[in-house]
Amino acid sequence: MTARLGRLYVAVILLLLALPLLVVAGISLNGGQTLRFPPQDPSLRWYAELFRAADWTGPLRNSLVIATVAALIAVAVALPLALHVWGRGGWLSRALYTLGVAPFMLPPVITALGFLVFWVALGMYGRMGATILSHGIFLVTLPLVTISLGLRAIDPALLEAARTMGATRGQVLRTVVLPLALPYVVSGYAFAFVLSLNEYIIAYMVAGFTVETLPIKIFNSLRYGYTPIMGVVAVLFVALAAAVYGAIGVFGNLPRLLGADRVGDR
Amino acid sequence: MAQARDDAPTPGWLGVVPGAALLLLFLIPFGIMLAVSVAGREPGGFYQWGFDLAGYRRVMSAFVGGILLTSVAIAAGAALIAVALALPFTVLLAGLSRRAQTAILVALLSVLSLSEVIVGFSVSTLLSRTAGVGNLLAWLGLTAEPQSYTPSLFALMTGLTYLSFPYAVLVLYPPVARLDPELGQASRTMGASPLRTFAGVTVPLLRAPILGALILVFVFALGSYLLPQVLGRPEHWTLSVHITDQAIYQSNLPLAAAMAAVLLLATLALVGLALLVARDKGAPA
Repeated sequence: MTARLGRLYVAVILLLLALPLLVVAGISLNGGQTLRFPPQDPSLRWYAELFRAADWTGPLRNSLVIATVAALIAVAVALPLALHVWGRGGWLSRALYTLGVAPFMLPPVITALGFLVFWVALGMYGRMGATILSHGIFLVTLPLVTISLGLRAIDPALLEAARTMGATRGQVLRTVVLPLALPYVVSGYAFAFVLSLNEYIIAYMVAGFTVETLPIKIFNSLRYGYTPIMGVVAVLFVALAAAVYGAIGVFGNLPRLLGADRVGDR
Repeated sequence: MAQARDDAPTPGWLGVVPGAALLLLFLIPFGIMLAVSVAGREPGGFYQWGFDLAGYRRVMSAFVGGILLTSVAIAAGAALIAVALALPFTVLLAGLSRRAQTAILVALLSVLSLSEVIVGFSVSTLLSRTAGVGNLLAWLGLTAEPQSYTPSLFALMTGLTYLSFPYAVLVLYPPVARLDPELGQASRTMGASPLRTFAGVTVPLLRAPILGALILVFVFALGSYLLPQVLGRPEHWTLSVHITDQAIYQSNLPLAAAMAAVLLLATLALVGLALLVARDKGAPA
């Protein structure tokens, strides 16, 4: 009886979480330029419109370019940092690790303002490069955490065996450590990519008036004219996030990635 | 690694690249921001270097004091609701099969990574007159006409709770998943009901993580900058919103930077407190 009550509680909460998204998905199907639910004369025309309407394809392209490159930068910074912390330890690498995790602990508006004044001082305010670099640094946390987790799971006996067989440090890194860490590098990249797509405040503060991303475009549309395309973007973002995390869940151990030690590889 | 230095599995220079990147692109911006917080204001432009405490004087004023109070009250309310809902949810979640846990975690992560813009848009649509709750209540005959429930404090708290709930679950998940399930089983064997076990065994064991989660979710909610604009009225604007407003629309970067510095200090103190709480009474590592 109580077990059933518990299940019911979990189900109700999940339903409540899904509710706003279901309504938005319904709205994206409206045939006309209205935001009604249930949708009126349902059609998929706004899904095509996102890829056709000139005022939406620009932000779409910006968002994709920024997320692709920024996530790459985040991994490029996080991978050597995670390796360094794992292989060497010491106060300096711990300090660096803290620095890498810090952006996520602070209210994002602080980081955004820091980047704003930085790029103004450098004369790069309003350029896409500034948005990309800012996102890259801001999102270092995610690959840093996942890669560190992956490195910690490596059996030290493997490294010793490779060294005993005469492999050099570089060979061990290339042939043992990196292949074992690769899945965690990929999931770190995926996390960073999804979050960069969704990030608003930094993109807005650094170059919001010149480099419009999809979240910025949606926010502007909230003020200057609703359209069902907003619902389309929301649906696509949810679907993309679910696909990425779903893939990590299928190919990896998501509970362990999120900190549950007890859930084994059943 | 208890190896000699040259025997470490990674070369020493490896840390230089990320170290330089973080220093250049993270610490220096913060330094500049602190410098701007005492810089002079330049009408129409960004700022003039100098030493002027005008920004901080305004931060100490009643205007900013009121904003701070509003922000703290709203964020604390959202943190309390989110953690109260998340605690039983997380305990139940940790008891499910790995498959079910993975599926639910995928859903939570998907919601958590959603842009605040999208959450705000979705919740405001749900509470609007033409779609969602307004329609439903009218259709059920509870209200004569479809009504809009946004913008309002209720809408804002709903949105903030929606935003914070997945975060609260993910913060609580590691300590809850690490709990020894035998303790709960022992309590059940002795005849305690599941609810009694939850209140008498699980919650007391988790006191430190719960406190830590409350603080972290509070900081998380404090950082919300879009929901107060989309779902709340101007009197519900939090410090984060005003920082953006001053920086972008009022072109008062020094004041924005001074407010951000205050928010930064408060956050660092709170996060430090959360870590301390977790280390003191948490898992005996």
